[in-house]
Amino acid sequence: MSDKTDMIKVENLDKTFTLHLRGGIALPVLRNTGFSVASGECVTLHGPSGAGKSTLLRSIYGNYRPQSGRILIRHDGEMVDIVHAQPRVVLEIRKRTLGYVTQFLRVIPRVPTLDIVAEPLLARGAGLDASRARAAELLTRLQIAEKMWDLPPATFSGGEQQRINIARGFCADYPILLLDEPTASLDEANRKIVINLIDDARRRGTAIVAIVHDADTRAAITTRLLPLQSQGVAA
Amino acid sequence: MTNLDQTPLLSVEALNKSFGRQAACRDVSFELWPGEVLGIVGESGSGKSTLLNAIAGRLSVDSGKVLYRTGGNDIIDLAAASEAQRRHLMRTEWGFVQQHARDGLRMTFSAGANIGERLMALGQKHYGSLRDTALDWLQAVEIAPDRIDDLPRTFSGGMQQRLQIARNLVTRPRIVLMDEPTGGLDVSVQARLLDLIRRLVQEHNVACIVVTHDLGVARLLAHRLMVMRRGQVVEAGLTDQLLDDPQHAYTQLLVSSVLSV
Repeated sequence: MSDKTDMIKVENLDKTFTLHLRGGIALPVLRNTGFSVASGECVTLHGPSGAGKSTLLRSIYGNYRPQSGRILIRHDGEMVDIVHAQPRVVLEIRKRTLGYVTQFLRVIPRVPTLDIVAEPLLARGAGLDASRARAAELLTRLQIAEKMWDLPPATFSGGEQQRINIARGFCADYPILLLDEPTASLDEANRKIVINLIDDARRRGTAIVAIVHDADTRAAITTRLLPLQSQGVAA
Repeated sequence: MTNLDQTPLLSVEALNKSFGRQAACRDVSFELWPGEVLGIVGESGSGKSTLLNAIAGRLSVDSGKVLYRTGGNDIIDLAAASEAQRRHLMRTEWGFVQQHARDGLRMTFSAGANIGERLMALGQKHYGSLRDTALDWLQAVEIAPDRIDDLPRTFSGGMQQRLQIARNLVTRPRIVLMDEPTGGLDVSVQARLLDLIRRLVQEHNVACIVVTHDLGVARLLAHRLMVMRRGQVVEAGLTDQLLDDPQHAYTQLLVSSVLSV
């Protein structure tokens, strides 16, 4: 894949939340937002709290539904508008193209750590052994002790759960990765590991959009900064 | 997107059902794709269970179509199908998991016979192979094999529900309808059942329609959700879209009413 392929193209995006339980007040968050991200780039969203960084990231993942505009995602060599795609197409895009890592792990009852991490790769059709081997590799790299792999992570610490979530997000080598505070509650050593993981993925050609509050981490991973102001008018 | 099916497994078109002057389903339309899990959520009395029973042909509908694409690739309108045709499908290509296991099981038959019944209805008569299949399925739903000759009433609620699932999946149905499958069970029993349903549905690539009032269950099981209120679908979409960015006032109320732990 060439370095300059556009992987994400956001065009004229508007997102307003209407709170029906509070008399229908409208909160405009994104207005006429537009930018693109090429493969091998790490674009970091930057702006004050409330500027719409997470809203934008969730919209790109197809989790939030903008009122107008398009978000084109390169999926199987074609640009597909995830805002208007059918639900099953969105799921297909998430399965094979688009990864999303937050600081919170959504635990599935009874499923052991190793399988939670392996699941995205397994869902994509890689065999059980290959998926588990890749999951083990990532868990090792992220310093999750092997004795924990067979346990469901519900009772693990916040930092452990976060690293498990990162392992899960990186397991399937998605062409596009969305990262929402991936290093938020990690110690120095683990943060370095995650920074290297992100940088390795980018050098392999992954297009990355990230939200990072910590200035050092931001400096270490970012190739381009995208300023967002309140009401989200992007440069 | 070449690998996505081009025709849905089930198309419900403008379904209407009233009880007297009370409309239970108003103009409900949706499609279900192979392997897809569709959740129907809404409060009690919103028409969820009526819709499920109407789709299964357990209730006659006032108007509308329930178009099902069979394993043989014929399209049948279940709302207009003969009783015999419908019964045959319900025993083979469809399954129905009831909220109360005792409504879905034969309480006077052994666990093994409960699993074997659908197979026998399809003409399997060999006792040894029926018993082997029953043993396999008991294992799949985590019931000890030595319980095969016991009556379901000697089982706990969670075990009965797992037995009911085995009884339905044994004929490898293409669609399974579930009405509050985890309702009335302890939380730990629920978690086990949910994990089991999730795994079996994936392994067998079976499409499901799951009626639940529990948004946690919906989040875990369903790819897509429909929110019903007073017999109408007020909002539909991907599960996480609907729960994280609800648009309709009623969906916002539902989501904000959940206690989080």
